[in-house]
Amino acid sequence: MKRFLDPLLVALVIVVCWQCLHWAIGKHSLSSPLSTLEALVQMLGTEAFWGNVAETARALVYALVIALIGGVALGVLFGISRMSGRVAEPILLNLYSLPKVTLYPLVLLVFGLGLSAKVAFGVMHGLIPILMFTMNAIRQMRPVYLRASKTMRLSFFRTIVHVVLPAIFPEVVAGLRLGFSLTLLGVLIGEMFASQRGLGYMLTSAMNLGDIRTIMAVALFLTVFALACNGLLMMADRRMKHR
Amino acid sequence: MRIWEFEVKAESLIRIVVVVGFVVLIELLCRSGIIASSVLIAPSAMFTHGIELLRGGKFDHDIVTSLIEIVAASIVSVLLGFVLGLGIHALPSLRRSIEPLLSSYYAIPTFIFYPIFIVVLGIGSLPIIAIAVMLSVVTMITATLNGLDRIPRALHKSAQVMRLSPWRCALHIKLPATLPYLFTGVKLAVAYAFIGVIASEFILSGSGIGYAIGYAYNNFQNDDMYSLMLFVLVLVTLVNAVLNRIDQRFQSRRQR
Repeated sequence: MKRFLDPLLVALVIVVCWQCLHWAIGKHSLSSPLSTLEALVQMLGTEAFWGNVAETARALVYALVIALIGGVALGVLFGISRMSGRVAEPILLNLYSLPKVTLYPLVLLVFGLGLSAKVAFGVMHGLIPILMFTMNAIRQMRPVYLRASKTMRLSFFRTIVHVVLPAIFPEVVAGLRLGFSLTLLGVLIGEMFASQRGLGYMLTSAMNLGDIRTIMAVALFLTVFALACNGLLMMADRRMKHR
Repeated sequence: MRIWEFEVKAESLIRIVVVVGFVVLIELLCRSGIIASSVLIAPSAMFTHGIELLRGGKFDHDIVTSLIEIVAASIVSVLLGFVLGLGIHALPSLRRSIEPLLSSYYAIPTFIFYPIFIVVLGIGSLPIIAIAVMLSVVTMITATLNGLDRIPRALHKSAQVMRLSPWRCALHIKLPATLPYLFTGVKLAVAYAFIGVIASEFILSGSGIGYAIGYAYNNFQNDDMYSLMLFVLVLVTLVNAVLNRIDQRFQSRRQR
């Protein structure tokens, strides 16, 4: 019970702050929690909104699958071959801290407007954290596992599938948690620049119209969605660690 | 020790070879026309055009604006994050309830609140700095909490034995002991400040490097655009290299 009470309390404090801010700066600058909720409920009833959600969700799923498979594959590679890992690590960390938005013209020129550019943007944001978590997990894996697989004369492929992947699974989930939020951010930013559909596009068009109520409603929807997914992954993470 | 040093050197050598090889590959692909010049211009052309731009001072105003915003955002988030971290650490009950928020904070795409900041703070540097601070302050809070958690108990006890006042204890014991962790926070906060400032300038702004790149893109000025992108890339790499070097020094002190 206590576990749910604390986050609830924090949520309540945030809503109270939001309401006070709304009173302080006027209702045209920031819509109140109640009216935002009303706008969101109204939006949830329209078909156009769900069309945009489906569009974003599709890009997010593609980007997540690519980031996860690519991140784990490269992570395994860099983790097993120690030299390549040590060579790649600073480059990867630098890429991670680079403002990737700067590269958006390049992505657009290569992929064109539309779904592929959004997916590429999401992958760019989400791949590196998953890769780093996988790589570090393999480096810290107990050497006994690899020795055991050598004793059993498992092939390289079977060692990966039956020994390495199960051993690093908890860390991959932890990496996915970070990768998920960054991929979502990447897809949204991609949509803000490079799309005519999706929630990111909805945000930009509302921004151009100065429609604060819609912005807040979409922001609320995204925040709740992101926090819910994050919570689920965190629960999975905790389960893995207890095992 | 010798062997280890040799390995480190070999590793940085390979790294340089990999990076240089990659740049040369792109150069060749661009020069031979496999990558069209409308998509990507050759790295050497980016570089020479970049030097020309820096000499001519065409984007000086944008670069200075962005740098000021990044520095301001970094300073504000480091100080604010440190103070908030101290406060949260001092109140365990507050910390317990705020911890889930801290651990899932980065799941929230902060940029979606940028329009609100524009309405509240007006167009200009302030909303950009605010977004960057919002993005980077939480890493600093987490780093501060982390550092305070790891002060060895012996240090607390010796402070008690020496009857230090809370202030002196904070200044002479807590600050030096947490410094390595704090610096990791500073490093991340600066990286996030870069991301926050440049990304906000893209979305909506009238000046800054991000704005200049977006403007060049919209006007098909590929040479300006790629030179500016290269500039950001080199700048971030240099800043990271310096911060990492200092960070490593702190970390090695911690391990001793």
